Amino acid sequence: MWRDAVLVAGKDLRIEARSRVATNQVAPFAVLVLILFAVALDADRRMLEQAAAGLLWVAVLLSTLLAVHRAQGVESAEGTGDALRLSGLDPAGIFLGKAAAVAVQLLALEVLLGVGVVVLYDIDPAGLGTLALTAGAATVGLAAAGTLYGVLATRSRVRETLLPLLVLPVVAPVLIAATRASEAALAGDPLGAASQWLALLGVFAVMYVGFGVVAFGPLMEET
Amino acid sequence: MDLAVHLRSAVCLLGRFPALAGADLDVASGETVLVRGANGAGKTTLLRALAGLVPVVEGEAVVLGHDLRRDRRRLRRRVGLLGHASGLYDDLSVADNLRFWARAAGRPVPDTDPALARLGLAGRLADVPAARLSAGQRRRVALAVLAVRAPELWLLDEPHAGLDAAGRDLLDDLVRSAAAQGATVVLASHELDRAGSLADRAVTLAGGRLVSDPSRSPGPLATTPPATTPPPEPEAVHVA
Repeated sequence: MWRDAVLVAGKDLRIEARSRVATNQVAPFAVLVLILFAVALDADRRMLEQAAAGLLWVAVLLSTLLAVHRAQGVESAEGTGDALRLSGLDPAGIFLGKAAAVAVQLLALEVLLGVGVVVLYDIDPAGLGTLALTAGAATVGLAAAGTLYGVLATRSRVRETLLPLLVLPVVAPVLIAATRASEAALAGDPLGAASQWLALLGVFAVMYVGFGVVAFGPLMEET
Repeated sequence: MDLAVHLRSAVCLLGRFPALAGADLDVASGETVLVRGANGAGKTTLLRALAGLVPVVEGEAVVLGHDLRRDRRRLRRRVGLLGHASGLYDDLSVADNLRFWARAAGRPVPDTDPALARLGLAGRLADVPAARLSAGQRRRVALAVLAVRAPELWLLDEPHAGLDAAGRDLLDDLVRSAAAQGATVVLASHELDRAGSLADRAVTLAGGRLVSDPSRSPGPLATTPPATTPPPEPEAVHVA
């Protein structure tokens, strides 16, 4: 399973490195979302500062949809999904590999967006340790849930519109918990202040990784 | 007789439509069988079912010793399917595609070099992204993937489509070579002369059922309608 996961993750990251979809489309989209929020709320700088954490994670959430859509899209074009099933790779390994590739892209994006929030919203960066833990746990949960529901949506002819409908309600707890934990970090509160939100993010991540390892194989199959 | 494929009254549904509606087919290990039939007869579904990609919902279906109704997944590593789509990642180069599928199949990466050379893909073409290839070149890469995987059962759906004359000769050589090494081959084609020259015998699909098995003799196959063909050999023919 782990060998297959590394193989699939390497393949997906190589595809992204060659196609540059993440750098040329997903990242500019996410930054654009931050800029639009800044423009919309610029008259009230205090509100912008207060909402910075939530706006950051909304931008991450929307970008997750694009990244997941892209990750599943490469498996639905040119019969690669069938080829993947015929390859004999462990479906759990495929899930872990694809989720890991999405997670790597999201982490890079979160760093970029973090810098964007500091620059655009004039936020004083604090609590970097808590922010790093929040980003790590939230990213694993988003990537796992997104990949799992992404393969479900792939089977549909209306996957472009179905994917947000499936994913956004499910990852609402991640948005809430990551926002609260980030707010605590930016306010300079100790790690303990964000612990319950970090725990929620951890539980969500573990649950969806486990769920994906078990369910991804059957979801890949035609019925 | 050691059977690579054994179907009895096999039914496969596409939605609610029975694309295979009680197909009977036996293929001996090492045999090359041509499946012919009109568009929509069920040829592609038959090949996808034999690959374990489409579930068999009724009847018996055993491929390479795996019961398709119970255990499709473990069969797949032993089967190679050349379908209408190439199965290539557009953004990866020819060589990267081949290396990935070789690793996925547990084959050594150095095995990809002879396959690239054999299919005329070595040199400059190896570094070209699959998206920039012509349809015929993509077909060659897909064949190279099959050659590297070296499956026990080759399932070829219109394998000559899109290939130029040289490519068709390469394909024929590849199939004959695989058969000579003991692989079983089932190919579906409308090009009866070309594909027939590769096959030991032909069967005809109509309405999701095998309706004839006119010949076991090698060489170009007769295209006589099933009703006028000689009686088939009992162990290989099952009129549905």
